Amino acid sequence: MALDFAVEVFQNEYLPEGAADVDAIVTVTATGPPAEVVSTDAAEVVIVDTSASMAYPPSKLAAAKQAAVAAVDVLRDGVSFAVVAGTDTARVVYPRARKLAVSDPRSRAAAKQAVRMLRADGGTAMGRWLALADDLLAGFEGGPRHAILVTDGENQHESPRRLTKVLDEVAGRFTCDCRGVGTDWQVAELRRIAEAMLGTVDIVADPDGLAEDFRSMAATAMGKALADVSLRLWTPEGARVVSVKQVAPGLRDLTGRRVESGPRTGDYPTGAWGGAESRDYHLRVRVRPAGLRDRMLASRVSLVGPSGDVLGQGRVMAVWTEDSALSTRISVEVAHYTGQAELAEAIQDGLEARKAGDVGRATARLGRAVRLAHESGNTDTAKLLAKVVQVQDPGTGTVKLRPQVADEDEMTLDSRSTVTKRVGRG
Amino acid sequence: MESCPGCSSPVAAQDRFCEACGRNLRVQRTSVGGPGSQWPPMCACGGEEFDADGFCEQCGRARPSARDRVEFVLPGVAGVSDRGKRRRRNEDSMAFGRVRGRGVAVVVCDGVASSERAEQASQTAVDTAADVLLTGLQAGMDAESSTTDSVVAANEAVGRLARPEAAEVAPSCTFVSAVVTDDSATVGWVGDSRAYLVAEAGAARLTTDDTWAAQLVAEGVLTEEEALTDRRAHVLSRWLGADSGVEAPQTVTFKVETPGLLVLCSDGLWNYVPEPEDLLAVLPRGVPPVEVARELVDVALKAGGHDNITVVVVQLRGGHGA
Ligand SMILES: [Zn+2]
Ligand SMILES: [Zn+2]
Repeated sequence: MALDFAVEVFQNEYLPEGAADVDAIVTVTATGPPAEVVSTDAAEVVIVDTSASMAYPPSKLAAAKQAAVAAVDVLRDGVSFAVVAGTDTARVVYPRARKLAVSDPRSRAAAKQAVRMLRADGGTAMGRWLALADDLLAGFEGGPRHAILVTDGENQHESPRRLTKVLDEVAGRFTCDCRGVGTDWQVAELRRIAEAMLGTVDIVADPDGLAEDFRSMAATAMGKALADVSLRLWTPEGARVVSVKQVAPGLRDLTGRRVESGPRTGDYPTGAWGGAESRDYHLRVRVRPAGLRDRMLASRVSLVGPSGDVLGQGRVMAVWTEDSALSTRISVEVAHYTGQAELAEAIQDGLEARKAGDVGRATARLGRAVRLAHESGNTDTAKLLAKVVQVQDPGTGTVKLRPQVADEDEMTLDSRSTVTKRVGRG
Repeated sequence: MESCPGCSSPVAAQDRFCEACGRNLRVQRTSVGGPGSQWPPMCACGGEEFDADGFCEQCGRARPSARDRVEFVLPGVAGVSDRGKRRRRNEDSMAFGRVRGRGVAVVVCDGVASSERAEQASQTAVDTAADVLLTGLQAGMDAESSTTDSVVAANEAVGRLARPEAAEVAPSCTFVSAVVTDDSATVGWVGDSRAYLVAEAGAARLTTDDTWAAQLVAEGVLTEEEALTDRRAHVLSRWLGADSGVEAPQTVTFKVETPGLLVLCSDGLWNYVPEPEDLLAVLPRGVPPVEVARELVDVALKAGGHDNITVVVVQLRGGHGA
């Protein structure tokens, strides 16, 4: 737990008379030698979709098994783990009991053997899978709790309401990275799960790529040194937090995750932190405007650990001025991430319109996205966009929809739409 | 019959001390330590708790600094000091006093923004110098030598604020003072705070800035016009502080023969009205010194208020100025 945290605030604190909204980018950076990470202080549950659809093409299940084996392989000795197979129900594949096993060469070999025996059969009910993972992880105290969920299909065997209910229950209790295999799954559905579980979502169009992806996810999860870290926001009387969003490395809305923790104070979960990690958060606070030249603490931002200890602190300020040269100045950081959020929205909107056959709207929105990606230097997203639209002029966002687009390309763009480019970084 | 300014008990014109509270009746002066020495206990919202950085735990507003806007008024002399519109703190300070039957002493100091704790530097300087000047006035000392003494004392006091390991940012400030009696006035200065004389006949600047540009003009290297746009226009060549090396102020003494006003100010004012004619043009007529000072501060605020603004106005020979 030898992590050092730094909290930095980037903003233009000057506001015109009467203005109430204060925007700031809060950069949280953790540093600490990875060697300090206590190796046994983590728990990992690997969830493999074994619904009937995984059977065709047969390579899907084979790849998922291979990936689960790879994930088990990277578990350090002493880590607590389990493998869950998911259909319209969920069962623990390894160990045999409903509890976590302790990783050592023998238990890993046994777990891998159990994975190889898996067969595809049945439906898909991800809420049940997550509920079982939560059950398994609930007994684990101390370090990071993490799950990897891999699926190829839609959540057909439980109602969206049932899934929502499970997410509400388990959110914040562990983090979960979601991976979609093939192109028969719903990006929006997995994104919802990943967002609730403070994890990531991505497509693995080629099952052969799964093993490596699993390996790196599990390794990243094992590298976390401190779990259950929260952003604690104090705001003055008459003020309210309009939004709290992680904006880098990916977009994640935390606004609805507030837990009151004191007078005028609320906590927002950020999940687990590793030894060399930096994340940016966009805060918007609406305050009661004070008089000209008054200086106000719009929010005190603290990073708090699992036991409530303050790991770092920053201040979001507001000063009202009649000098428009000061108040109209836009913070580079705020502007950049506002642009990245708009970019994600334009992509998701545009793809939805395209699916609905609204060519005009799809062209306009995806064109806007091309322009924003170009202006912000988000070349990764620009490349993905170019597979869906024909770019005529990136500067103005002039594009034409491509008549033929591979599902894989469209879904890759959709699932990576929330990956942002960091401000001022390469 | 007069009354004691401390406790309002009646006192006689010849009394040197108040019988009721013991106050020295011959000297009236602004509070030592300046307005910042005591925080207002309460926030504008009524909150009484502040965090370690001075923000109200209730409404988040910064604890109001008594220094943001300061007004001092004594008979025949008044000053206004304002944070301006751009600066976070008011690093200017002023102090003045009056010795009955002798005269008035005024000090204005402008903290150098690039030094640390600049407001502490300027407050320390005005308090120290005003003490020396008022003591000199009481003792009937020569105004020029007491002005030099006050600068030496202030320079030492400000110098003691420095941290040995951070000499390059040692707290420092400019200085301008005036010792005014019935028939003469002595102005002393270090740096670019200024004094102007405004009378019926017109206005005059009494000080020459201790800046590199002004020095180059004096040496004939730059013309006045070139100096205005030169990047050295505001770079001080002399100041008070640990790293100043200053031993004496520049001084000027003149006879007071007609009614007029003496205006001491920081560059927060004169940046907007540099020439004596500029100052004369905006100066209100027929109002007491405090009104004059307020009006001049307002002129600077309306013009942009980029810096702290301090203006002290002294009545000469009981006149109301031009
Ligand atoms: Zn008294
Ligand atoms: Zn308050």
